[in-house]
Amino acid sequence: MDERAPCSGPSRPATPSAAVTAGVELTGISRRFGGVQALSGVDFTVRPGEVHCLAGENGCGKSTLIKILSGVLAPDSGQIVLDGSAHARLSPKISQSAGIQVIYQDLALFPNLTVAENIAFHQHVGRVWQLVPARALRRTAEAVLARLGLSLPLDTLVQDLPIASRQLVAICRALAVAARLVVMDEPTASLTHQETDALLATIRSLKSHGIATVLVSHRLDDMMKIGDRVTVLRDGANVGTFAMNEMDRHRLGELITGQKRTAATIKTRFTGTAPPVLAVRGLTCDGQYANIDLAVRPGEILGLTGRLGSGRTELALSLFGMNPPDAGEILIDGRIVRLPDNRAAIREGIGYVSEDRLALGLIMPQSIAENTVVTVLDRLCGPLGLIDHRQRGQTIAHWMGELQVKTATAERPVRELSGGNQQRVVLAKWLATKPRVLILDSPTVGVDVGAKAGLYRTIDELAALGLAIILISDEAEEVLQMAHRVLVMTNGRITGSFQPADVTEDQLREAINA
Amino acid sequence: MRNRLTALGRSHELRLAVIAILFAVFFSFTAPGFCSLGNLKDLLESQAVLAIMAAGLLVVLIAGGIDISFPAIAAVSQYLVASLILRPGGNWALAFLLAGGLGLLFGLVNALLIHGLKAPPVIVTIATMTFYFSMLMFSTKGAPLYDLPDWFTAKIAVLTVPFPVIVAGVILAATAFLLRRLSLGRQIYGLGGNPEAAKRMGCNIARLQFFVYGFSGTMAGIAGLMQAHRVEEVVPNALIGRELDVLAAVVLGGASLAGGAGSVSGTLLGIALLAMLRNGLTLLGVSSYSFGAVTGLVILLSVSATALAQRRLRRKGGSHGSA
Repeated sequence: MDERAPCSGPSRPATPSAAVTAGVELTGISRRFGGVQALSGVDFTVRPGEVHCLAGENGCGKSTLIKILSGVLAPDSGQIVLDGSAHARLSPKISQSAGIQVIYQDLALFPNLTVAENIAFHQHVGRVWQLVPARALRRTAEAVLARLGLSLPLDTLVQDLPIASRQLVAICRALAVAARLVVMDEPTASLTHQETDALLATIRSLKSHGIATVLVSHRLDDMMKIGDRVTVLRDGANVGTFAMNEMDRHRLGELITGQKRTAATIKTRFTGTAPPVLAVRGLTCDGQYANIDLAVRPGEILGLTGRLGSGRTELALSLFGMNPPDAGEILIDGRIVRLPDNRAAIREGIGYVSEDRLALGLIMPQSIAENTVVTVLDRLCGPLGLIDHRQRGQTIAHWMGELQVKTATAERPVRELSGGNQQRVVLAKWLATKPRVLILDSPTVGVDVGAKAGLYRTIDELAALGLAIILISDEAEEVLQMAHRVLVMTNGRITGSFQPADVTEDQLREAINA
Repeated sequence: MRNRLTALGRSHELRLAVIAILFAVFFSFTAPGFCSLGNLKDLLESQAVLAIMAAGLLVVLIAGGIDISFPAIAAVSQYLVASLILRPGGNWALAFLLAGGLGLLFGLVNALLIHGLKAPPVIVTIATMTFYFSMLMFSTKGAPLYDLPDWFTAKIAVLTVPFPVIVAGVILAATAFLLRRLSLGRQIYGLGGNPEAAKRMGCNIARLQFFVYGFSGTMAGIAGLMQAHRVEEVVPNALIGRELDVLAAVVLGGASLAGGAGSVSGTLLGIALLAMLRNGLTLLGVSSYSFGAVTGLVILLSVSATALAQRRLRRKGGSHGSA
């Protein structure tokens, strides 16, 4: 009946003796999916109590490796040594009872339960008719929080928590069982810098309790800050494992992509003189943002940055007709327009690529082709309202080529593409509407270094074609590299305007987090 | 303090209770006889069968499923029990055992189809409902059973509380205990809140599914038995169409069709509200044909309210971290 490791007491850290003597050792791991060799002969060793980063581009095999470690997938060959005993494969049960806890990107929390119950949910599992040990649940949650020096409202439902706190709940839950290795898959992707720092502090605190962390991330900075060692994978094979203190940012980037990276160039002041295509005067949406003024000219890239919750996404949605403002004016070509819905915005030539491409940007089970033309179906229709297939095919082929989407056929479902390629398909979908203003909301979240460079190139090319671009991002580095001008939003207001050449990354971060 | 007050104001149960009281006051002034002891007792007794079925449906809804087949299960097990043991010489213990057991069996068939085939529960249970009802009507030609034994139809009451009301009370209390105080109940909430998470946490999903549909079936069996006891006859098609009345009461009581939410107290209030509404309308002389409209509207409103709340939450989610 009881199929899991007993939760011995509310807060005992992983048995320290075991943690000191034994790590987790994967050697020669290979795994094939159909025609694709996802992993070939990968070695990966985690020492007790270390922070081990796992880096690589999308599709390099990171998630496959994690699934093998968590016992969800079996390797075709190779060996996994836990506590000195060798396994050909793990099961989730073996993996968990060996103290391995995986926090997936989607967190897998119960939104309808309280923080305390989420953290201590393990105590329900495997029991049926027993009474809920309400006090023990609470004590467990309190103890884990105390151990990490965190405070969370125990009786609040998880659905009422901000995303960063949910992340912490997931970590606490992983530690509520006797974990000694916590795997975090992209934990910082949706966090602001402050929240990221808090998370990294939590990882340090885990380390001080002898608990090892495997950190999967696309953010080089985070890995540099926190990692003891880093293992880089490329195309399913080891590039190598390196001590972090012998590594620098550029070299790491090169190892991940396998390419030399040219130093980022900062854009000079925008010199275009055409009148602004999109302007906003005194735009206000109660409770979200207030008194926003901005203008963007054809060919200009306007960076808009600020913490999550600063109102930038809400502002972008208003410009795209999906969040009607309460006051103020939106002008297209100097003409006041009303944007009651996004169809009006599309008609006015505004395109919007959402932050969460998976949830909002793409219809995952449908083909690349369908996704590309979904926004312009009415323009592809012949006189009878039927779709003109020749024109449809041309449109699709044009944008696939233009954006270099790597795929054998445009009929593949979008969900089979890598993150970077998915992002390109979203772009294609909006470019097919022939927009004059393109709003990109955090376009590189969860996109690897190599794909990022490709996206940046694409954005520059689009601007050169005369598109006005509003680039929303919470990465100071990104807006500095990409934008002609950077606006900072704080608490719903624009609190700073910078020329990238006049400001350092640190100064900009300071302004964002002020 | 203010925080606690707003939390209380947000409580669905409290709002329902206030509305229920307003209703009661309104009808006791406008509808003569509403407030009489006889009417209230009738009201309570007539809702007992519905409440028992609602307990079953509530648990299924919280787990993120849905069951439409319970009136059919109730009708079939009612008929089988009546023809098998409701003869002189039978007794209540045997009747409960058989009715509950048959209901359980039918419920487990639902679970088997839903879990085994990964088929959508709405479709599966609509199909089983249609099949059971049709088989019942086909084999009985719709002929009612009247000659039920005296021990079965004799009215039992403890302190003037009728037997079906006592049974419903015990069942609702047990359901509340199950949902709030047992590990099983918490896992049912977990399953409804995030099935993927429940799976990854190692919950035994099959066991949970078989439990909730089995529970719903068992409740249906018992409800059928109580119905037969109350009306002193078994009419095969008497329960047709009750599924939506029960569904309306349960969703009005705060259970979400998306799973993960709902409570016994809310369900009770939902039943009370709908019952008062029907009863009050009857006493006011409004035709009973209007009840279907009420049921439909209540389901639509509850579903829209849930959808709107989710949309608000999503909008809030867009600015997460603002607090």
